[in-house]
Amino acid sequence: MSRAPAAPPAVGTELPALRLDVTTTFVVSTALATRDFQDVHHDRAAAVARGSQDIFLNILTTTGLVQRCVTDWAGPGAVVRAVSIRLGVPCYAGDELVLGGRVAEVAAGPDGDEVVVGVVGRCSLGDHVTGTVRVVLP
Amino acid sequence: MSAGVAPAPVDAPDAARRIEETARRLVEAGDCAPRPARDPVNEPMINNWTEALGDANPAYPGQAPPAMVQVWTMGGLHGRRAADDPLGAMSAVLDEAGFTSVVATDCAQTYARVLRPGERLAIRSRLTGVAGPKRTALGEGWFVTTVSTWTVDDEPVAEMMFRILKFRPPPPPEPPREVPRPQVNRDTAYFWEGTAVGELRIQRCGGCGALRHPPGPMCPRCGATRPGYVVASGRGEVYSFVVHHHPPLPGRRAPFVVALVELEEGVRVLGELRGVEPGAVRVGLPVEVGLDRIDDELVLPAWRPR
Repeated sequence: MSRAPAAPPAVGTELPALRLDVTTTFVVSTALATRDFQDVHHDRAAAVARGSQDIFLNILTTTGLVQRCVTDWAGPGAVVRAVSIRLGVPCYAGDELVLGGRVAEVAAGPDGDEVVVGVVGRCSLGDHVTGTVRVVLP
Repeated sequence: MSAGVAPAPVDAPDAARRIEETARRLVEAGDCAPRPARDPVNEPMINNWTEALGDANPAYPGQAPPAMVQVWTMGGLHGRRAADDPLGAMSAVLDEAGFTSVVATDCAQTYARVLRPGERLAIRSRLTGVAGPKRTALGEGWFVTTVSTWTVDDEPVAEMMFRILKFRPPPPPEPPREVPRPQVNRDTAYFWEGTAVGELRIQRCGGCGALRHPPGPMCPRCGATRPGYVVASGRGEVYSFVVHHHPPLPGRRAPFVVALVELEEGVRVLGELRGVEPGAVRVGLPVEVGLDRIDDELVLPAWRPR
């Protein structure tokens, strides 16, 4: 559900949460769709042998999900200028990932309102990702 | 050591110097040669990506999701790093120093413009910094930062700062040793409580004061049933011994020596004799007690030469 393209959003506006059921299928299909063939993202036995409890999300997918959390809200006309993330705990298969965003900065730009959204993605172990997305709203 | 343990680190200051020298050389070398993407930006790969991530943005696949930029230049299933790839060269030196595990920690992408199907990307990368050694929750490691630039023809279209942690994996915990466990009862509990706190305890009759081992409920000399104990010095001599070759026993590697040791206090106590070749053991060999901690609940006495 995207926002109505009216007034610029206020700083502090909370974005709708993006809840994801991180199944084994989700971890594997996103790893392959991002062309990441590291065994820890599709082979449970290999992941366990390397000290992980299960296969886990790859960073390219996490980057994409942080972007999606903001564009789901900002709508198809928004132009993403930057995605910056820091990884925390791994998000293992079988967990739930909940991404939430909050408008941190708003400034008028030549192409529209430039908005910086702070995003946090949490799973059962804690913060999986913290980051910011810079987006221009039409 | 078991398989999977990192190679023993070379001399640490020496390794740190080599890592820093390599980093300096790679930072000075700057960008590697551009490497072209396998495929142009294309709708099928965009659709696979949006399908997997559940992204229903109708702007795709007419344009590529910006955060997909790295996908176009991934090395693929059989990818090999180019010889001048700075992350490959840096990783090799860190691997050699024992920092063999890797985890991505930071990724910051900026997009100069939207990419559309048909465009052909290339990527070039440079090393911008290596920081360490740092203690982290995962283990000791070095943070390696690269900056990559994507171009279409010669136009830069996106840039990415990417940081990884190359760390030394902590050694796996020692597997529990399976050994035959003693039957602990009211007669023998004092003995095992003693080994747990580092004492070799010998039963002493509460009636006549005679020492005896192994423990029992009644004094064979005076018949009293009020046993106490003393703490032995732990020193003695081999009174008799066997070298055990067969059958195999859990927790022991044959051949090993089992010695009956006569303590200074005059009683004889059995235990494994360690720290001496089976062929070198002789009656009268001076020994002292050592303690073999099996786990949190069991400490076995064992002998060693003194």
